[in-house]
Amino acid sequence: MTNLASKAAVKNDLVRLTLAEAKEGLRQKEFSSVELTQAYLESIRQNASLNAYILETPELALEMAQESDNRLAKGDARPLEGLPLGIKDLFCTENIQTTAGSHILEGYKPPYESTVSGNLKKAGAVFLGKTNMDEFAMGSANITSYFGNVVNPWKRADGKDLTPGGSSGGSAAAVAGGLALAATASDTGGSIRQPAAFSGVVGLLPTYGRCSRWGMVAFASSLDQAGPLTRDVRDSALMLEIMAGHDPKDATSAPVEVPNFQKLIEQGVKGLRVGIPKEYRLDGMAEDIVTLWEKGAQWLKEAGAEIVEISLPHTKYSLPTYYVLAPAEASSNLARYDGVRYGLRVPGKSLDELYENTRSQGFGDEVQRRILIGTYVLSAGYYDAYYLKAQKIRKLIAQDFKIAFQKVDIILTPTTPSAAFALDEKPTDPVVMYLNDVLTVPVNLAGLPGISIPAGLSREGLPLGLQLIGPAFEEGLLFRAGCVLEQAANFKPFLER
Amino acid sequence: MTNRYFYEGATGPWELVIGLEVHAQVSSNAKLFSGAATTFGAEPNTQVSFVDAAMPGMLPVINQICVEQAIRTGLGINAEINLMSVFDRKNYFYADLPAGYQISQYLQPIVGKGYLDIELEDGNVRRIGITRLHLEQDAGKSIHDQHPEKSYIDLNRSGVALMEIVSEPELRSAEEAAAYVHKLRSILRYLGTCDGNMDQGSMRVDVNVSVRKPGTPLGTRAEIKNVNSIKFLAQAIDYEADRQIAILEDGGEIIQETRLFDSVKGTTRPMRNKEHAHDYRYFPDPDLPPLILDAEWVEKIRQNLPELPDAKKARLIKDYELSAYDASVIVSEIEIASYFEAVLKVLNPCNSKSVKLMANWLMGDLFAALNREGESIENCPISPEHLAGLMSQIQNAVISGKIAKEVFVLMWESGKDAATLIEEHGLKQMSDDGAILAVIHKILEENQGMVEEYKAGKDKLFGFFVGQVMKATAGKANPDLVNKLLKEQLVK
Amino acid sequence: MSLDRETVKRIATLARLKLSDERVVPMQQDLNRILHFIDQLNEVDTSSVEKMESTKRVSMPLRQDIVNDGNCVDKILVNAPEVACNMFVVPKVVE
Ligand SMILES: [Mg+2]
Ligand SMILES: [Zn+2]
Repeated sequence: MTNLASKAAVKNDLVRLTLAEAKEGLRQKEFSSVELTQAYLESIRQNASLNAYILETPELALEMAQESDNRLAKGDARPLEGLPLGIKDLFCTENIQTTAGSHILEGYKPPYESTVSGNLKKAGAVFLGKTNMDEFAMGSANITSYFGNVVNPWKRADGKDLTPGGSSGGSAAAVAGGLALAATASDTGGSIRQPAAFSGVVGLLPTYGRCSRWGMVAFASSLDQAGPLTRDVRDSALMLEIMAGHDPKDATSAPVEVPNFQKLIEQGVKGLRVGIPKEYRLDGMAEDIVTLWEKGAQWLKEAGAEIVEISLPHTKYSLPTYYVLAPAEASSNLARYDGVRYGLRVPGKSLDELYENTRSQGFGDEVQRRILIGTYVLSAGYYDAYYLKAQKIRKLIAQDFKIAFQKVDIILTPTTPSAAFALDEKPTDPVVMYLNDVLTVPVNLAGLPGISIPAGLSREGLPLGLQLIGPAFEEGLLFRAGCVLEQAANFKPFLER
Repeated sequence: MTNRYFYEGATGPWELVIGLEVHAQVSSNAKLFSGAATTFGAEPNTQVSFVDAAMPGMLPVINQICVEQAIRTGLGINAEINLMSVFDRKNYFYADLPAGYQISQYLQPIVGKGYLDIELEDGNVRRIGITRLHLEQDAGKSIHDQHPEKSYIDLNRSGVALMEIVSEPELRSAEEAAAYVHKLRSILRYLGTCDGNMDQGSMRVDVNVSVRKPGTPLGTRAEIKNVNSIKFLAQAIDYEADRQIAILEDGGEIIQETRLFDSVKGTTRPMRNKEHAHDYRYFPDPDLPPLILDAEWVEKIRQNLPELPDAKKARLIKDYELSAYDASVIVSEIEIASYFEAVLKVLNPCNSKSVKLMANWLMGDLFAALNREGESIENCPISPEHLAGLMSQIQNAVISGKIAKEVFVLMWESGKDAATLIEEHGLKQMSDDGAILAVIHKILEENQGMVEEYKAGKDKLFGFFVGQVMKATAGKANPDLVNKLLKEQLVK
Repeated sequence: MSLDRETVKRIATLARLKLSDERVVPMQQDLNRILHFIDQLNEVDTSSVEKMESTKRVSMPLRQDIVNDGNCVDKILVNAPEVACNMFVVPKVVE
C-alpha cells in the first residue's frame, strides 16, 4: 500500500479481516499493529452502545501494539504478534480489573495473569480490554451482567435490540461486530457455542482439560472450559493452539500434546461417519433450524462423509442434571466472595452480618438463585437425592456418547433451539431461560469438544449455528468438518452485510 | 476391666467413653496444595500464596510429600492404606477459612482402620482402635486481642497439611487418653511425619467425652476443641467427667455441643459462637481428580519404615536384657532412643552388663542433669561417645563408680572426654597392691583398738576401715581391691 | 419436592445471603420451579451406574515439596478492604 487513500480504505477494512489475514497483513507490512489496534479501538468507540466491553484498555493496547511492531520490524514475531483480542472478563489479567461481570468483584485487580490469557500475551497478542459477560458466567443472554446487557450487532427486521447470547456475549458481539479480531470465552453449559450461534461467529468448546482453568474465575469447576470465539474455523484453530496446553497448576489439565490444528483443517471429511442424534430433534423445534440441520448433513455427505442416525438416550436429562451439578459447584466456588480479602465489602456489625450484606448486595438475582439451589442440593438429607443422583446420570450421559463414538467419528446437531431473541422478550421463568442450553449442555457434562459454525439464517434473517461434537481431544475432527460446513454454507458474517 | 476405669459418683460408678481426633501437622516444606512455606512463627501473611488466600481462579495441586507422609503414618499405626481416596470440600463460612470451604477427606480417606498399643502405669497394655486418618488443610489464624472491636486474620497456616487421626471411642480414662496421645506422638516423631510440637500447635486434640452407667448404651457426648498439651487433655477430661456426672446425677441432660478448654481455670465452657447449625455440605472437590496410589510405592514406603517404639523396645529387652520399664523409658522419645543407640554403637565392651550400667547412667545422672539445666538430650553437652568412654573407664576399673560421678560433672562442664579428665585431674584408680597395702597398713596401725574389736566379732567395723582407706586415697583406690586386701590383712 | 419459606430462609443463612421478607416469596417460587424441573431426574434408573465405573481412572498429579510461592504479603493484601499490621481485618469474632 503506497498512497494514503488506499491506506485509509484498508483501515476501514481492517476490522473485517480474519485473524489469519491480519497476521499475514502484518507480516507483509501492509499495516502496522498500531494501525490495526487503532482501527479496533476506534470501532469500539463507535460501537459503544453494544456494551461489549466492561473495561477498555486502549493505552495498554497501543503499548503492546508498539512492542509488537518493534518485534515485527526485527523479524522477531511471535505466533499472534500484534493481533488485537478481546479477553472475557472471567480471565484474571494482572493488575487489570477482573470482575466476572459481578459487582462483588468490582475494582478487583488480580496480582496474577491467568494461564490462558498469559499464553496469548506470550504469543504477542494485543489486549483491547475485558469483554462483558453474564455474572460469573451464569446466563444465556448476557442480561445478568452487573455492567449492563450486551447488544447483538445483528438486528431483526423490527429493529429491536437482540441478545448476543451468553454468557460470553461480550466476546461474541465484539468478534461479530468488529470490536476484536478474536476473543477468549468460556463454556460451562453452552456459553461459547450459544453466543457464537446467536452472533454468527465460530465458537469452540475444547475438550475438558485442554485449556488450563488456572486464573479463570470458577463457575462450575468440573464443567468450565476456556475456548475461542473467532470469525472462521482457521482462526479457531490458530487461537486454540496458543490457548491450550498442559498446565501443572491445574490438576484437571490434561497432560497431552497440542497438535498442529491448522494443518488438519483442510483434510476434509471423506470417509468420516457423522452421527445425527435423534433425541436432538426437540418437540416444536423451529422449522428453519430443522431444515438447516438437514442441510448441514447434506453438505457433509456431499463432501464424502457417511450420515448415520444415532441415539443419545439420556439427552433429555442433561439440563436437569446440569442444574443440579453446576449450582452445587458454584455455591461452593462462590463462597470465597465474602468481603474480607478482596472485592466489595458492605459492612456489618458482626462478621456474619458483613458476609450477608456483602453477598446479598454483591451478587445479582440469578447468581443468588443458583447459590441457593446449589446449597440446597448439597445440604444434609438431600445430597443423595439430588447431587449423587445427578452425578450418576452424568455418567450415563457420558456413556451415551462413548457408545455413539464407537459408531461414528463426529456428531452433528443444531447449536440452539432458536435464533437470538429480543432483549425485551427475555423469559421471566428461569427454567424457560435455561432451555436455551438444551443442545449444548450434554457436551459439557461429557467433557467433550464441541464447535458452533454459523451456517445460515433464520426466517427472521438472524444467524443460526450448527454444532459439531467430537470424541475427547479430537478438536482436529471438529475443525475439519467445521471447515467443510463453513465453505458449503458460505455464511456472510455481520461485517460483510 | 478393673474398677480403676470407673469414676465414682453419688449414685455409684460411671464409665467414661472417650474418643480422640488428633490433628497432626504434616512435616513438609510446602503446604498441602500450594508452594508456600510452612515454617512456624513467620511474619503475618508472608507464607501465603494466591491459592491459600483463595483468590479468584486459583487451583489446588497436591504436595507429594504430604501424601507420602500420610501413607507412612498409616503404615506406622498398622492401618490399611486406601489405594483410591477422594478429596472433598467441607463448606462453612469462617473468618480464617478463605475459600469458604476446607479441602478434606470425608467418605474415602487415604488411610482406613488401624490401631496402636498403649501402656498404662501398672504395666498393662491396651490396644486402641483407630478409625481412619485423612489429609486436610489447616485454617488461618484469627487474632482477637489486638483491637477491642476487630479480629485480625493471618493466613500463614492456611493450607498447611494436617493429618486428622480419629480413634475409636475406646479410651476409658484420662490416663488412657494421655497415654494414647503420648504414644501417637512418639510414633509420628519416629516416622518423621509430624514434629509433635504441641506448644506450636503442630498437634492439637479434639476430645469427645461422654459418660454412662457401665453396660448401658453410649451417652450424649461433648466435644472439647483444640486441646494443646497432654496435661491439659487429662485435666479437660477429668473436669468434663465430673461436670457430666454431676448434671446426670442431678437429673439433668447432657447437650451435644462443642466446648473450649480454659487452661487457666482448668475448666471447659461452651463455645459462645454457637454458629448456625452446621451443615457442611461435603462433596468431592471438582478441582481434584481422585488420588490413586501405586501399590508398589506404598510397598516401598513400608519397606523403608524406621523401627518404631514397640519393636525397638522388644529388641532392647531381648538383646540386652533391659527391664521392660527401662526399655519403655528409652524408647518413649525418639531423641532418647537415638542417643541411647548412638552410645551402644561405641560402647566397649557391649554386653548386657555394660548396657545395663549405661542405661542406669543415662536414666539417672544424665536425665537429672538435663532436667536441672532444662536442656534437651539433642543438646546434651556429653556426647554419646563421651558417655560410652566414661562407661569403659568404669568397666576397666580405671575409676570407681564414685569417682565416675565426679568425672561426669567435669565432662558436663568441660565437654571433654573421660580419659582426658581423669588424666588431668589425677583421678585414676589405684590398682597397685603395694600402694594400697601401704595405706592399709597405716590405717590399721593408727586404729589398733578397732582392729581388736573387729577381730572380737564386731564385723560392722569392716566398712569403717574401707572408708578410711578410700578417704586416705581420695577415693581413687579400687574398692574391690581394697576389700580383698583388707580382708587378708584383718585375718592375720 | 418443594421448598417452604423456612427452608428457603435456612439455606439462605447457610449460604450467607440475606433475604429480605419481600424477596423470600419470589425466590421461593423461582427455586421451586427449578426444583420441579430437576425432579425429572427421578425418572432415570441409575442402579447400573456403579458397575460402569471405568477401571483405569487417572490420578491427580502430584507436586514436588518445594517452596516456590508465598512471600508476597503486599500482593496478598493489595485488594483487601481493610488491613492492619499486615493482616485482614473483620468485625470481632467471638469464639
Ligand atoms: Mg473433625
Ligand atoms: Zn479436621
